[in-house]
Amino acid sequence: MSRASSRPSFSPSRVSALCLRYLYLLRSSWPRLLELVYWPAVQMITWGFVQLYVRETSNVVALGAGTFIGAVLLWDILFRGQLGFSVSFLEEMWARNLGNLLMSPLRPAEFVTALMVMSLVRLAIGIGPVTLLAIAFFGFNLWALGVALAAFFVNLILTSWSVGLVVSGLVLRHGLGAESLAWTIMFVMLPLACVYYPVAVLPGWLQVVAWALPPTYVFEGMRALLIEQSFRADLMAVSLALNVAYLAASVAVFLWLMREARKAGSLLQAGE
Amino acid sequence: MRPADPSSSTPAIAVRDLRKEYRGGTAVDGISFEVSPGAVVGLLGGNGAGKTTTIAMIMGLVLPTAGEVRVFGVDMARDRAKILHRMNFESPYVDMPHRLTVRQNLTVFGRLYGVADLRGRIAELACELALEPLLDRPSGQLSAGQKTRVALAKALINAPDLLLLDEPTASLDPDTADWIRSHLERYRAERGAAILLASHNMAEVERLCDEVIMMKAGRIVDRGTPAALLARYGRDNLEEVFLDLARGRGRAAELAP
Repeated sequence: MSRASSRPSFSPSRVSALCLRYLYLLRSSWPRLLELVYWPAVQMITWGFVQLYVRETSNVVALGAGTFIGAVLLWDILFRGQLGFSVSFLEEMWARNLGNLLMSPLRPAEFVTALMVMSLVRLAIGIGPVTLLAIAFFGFNLWALGVALAAFFVNLILTSWSVGLVVSGLVLRHGLGAESLAWTIMFVMLPLACVYYPVAVLPGWLQVVAWALPPTYVFEGMRALLIEQSFRADLMAVSLALNVAYLAASVAVFLWLMREARKAGSLLQAGE
Repeated sequence: MRPADPSSSTPAIAVRDLRKEYRGGTAVDGISFEVSPGAVVGLLGGNGAGKTTTIAMIMGLVLPTAGEVRVFGVDMARDRAKILHRMNFESPYVDMPHRLTVRQNLTVFGRLYGVADLRGRIAELACELALEPLLDRPSGQLSAGQKTRVALAKALINAPDLLLLDEPTASLDPDTADWIRSHLERYRAERGAAILLASHNMAEVERLCDEVIMMKAGRIVDRGTPAALLARYGRDNLEEVFLDLARGRGRAAELAP
């Protein structure tokens, strides 16, 4: 029996080694840390004041319930979750370190797991303080949503990982020319997943598209919770089912793109 | 760490009819060769000869269009995960994360390779490669020679039984390059590791290699020990042999099929 055969096929130790690499990087670069908090804070404060202004000039119940701030915080979980995943991957491309990693015993599943862990870490650093600012500035306590917040979070983070996987696969295959997708691709969700308005606002044909996106159920669920004080478990269940399907598809796409990159010889040419 | 077994009958590398085609043409055109455990073999050839693609296919980073690569008997296209912990490489096409210190980089890679007593191994490599004063400096702030020594430390972190080196002394001054070669000679002697070396540096190949494989346009055009090649082409050094083969002149023209 060769020495190799006793090696574990999935090693938490290798996952933690890669996470350590990203933590070293974050620790060594205060601009990277600042960037994690800066934009979510600016966005939350902007929308918070918009909400205050509109509430003073109209009498819409939804605005009083804090749906704008809630939406912007949940949107940031979705957007920043994907960005945390994709940027950690891009760090390897920028550092020309991908060849070193792919030549090491690190398995693709371990690589992806480390990116998921880092997306949670980056999210905690970025969104955690902003939720506290929302309490201080506008009296909106996201944490008070309790179990519902957990359901929203799980569904949003699963979607963000699915998108992050596909983007990382495209960058792997097509090089840094596909990098801009990491920053922009999620914005298609902004109108379609109905972050700031109910699905009913959309024309009929676009509602079909909206209901095919897992985050739509989360934002509808958030509005139901804040306006009607009703937790829609049915919406969360459908969202979870869609997420499981999309995540499985994304893993398959990522592995296929990685294989295509090996065929095309693009793993060692991580440039444009 | 247990030394490699140079007496093993399984080749460190077995390449059979290896071929790689890209849209733009054929990078490697049906080559076959073996590297025995403990041997140092040089891939020699001009730009575009197919050396880097060959090494990338041996590492499993590029999938062959046809043919087979086995490392210690393991099929690299299908089961590379089983053998990667016994291999390592250094290449000018990759870099180490610049913001991480040398120690942090070596720690991360040591943990990825599952190195036991990692702290001791880093200290050992730092001593051997004169890296002690550099350990807590960011890798991006090092000179080219220092970076090469750090890259070599990373390549040796798991004491590999097979080391793949793509132009390991490119862009180094003669003193640093000589120093690196001496270290590779020592490592090979102590560890019994096989080394496959792609290089443009003929003196380096002549000094380090037991066997030289001459490549041109994706094909192996000749092979042998440095002494045998010098005798066959009637030249004093491998650089002249290389030029003969590259330009189809001298004995190379007579020997050409």
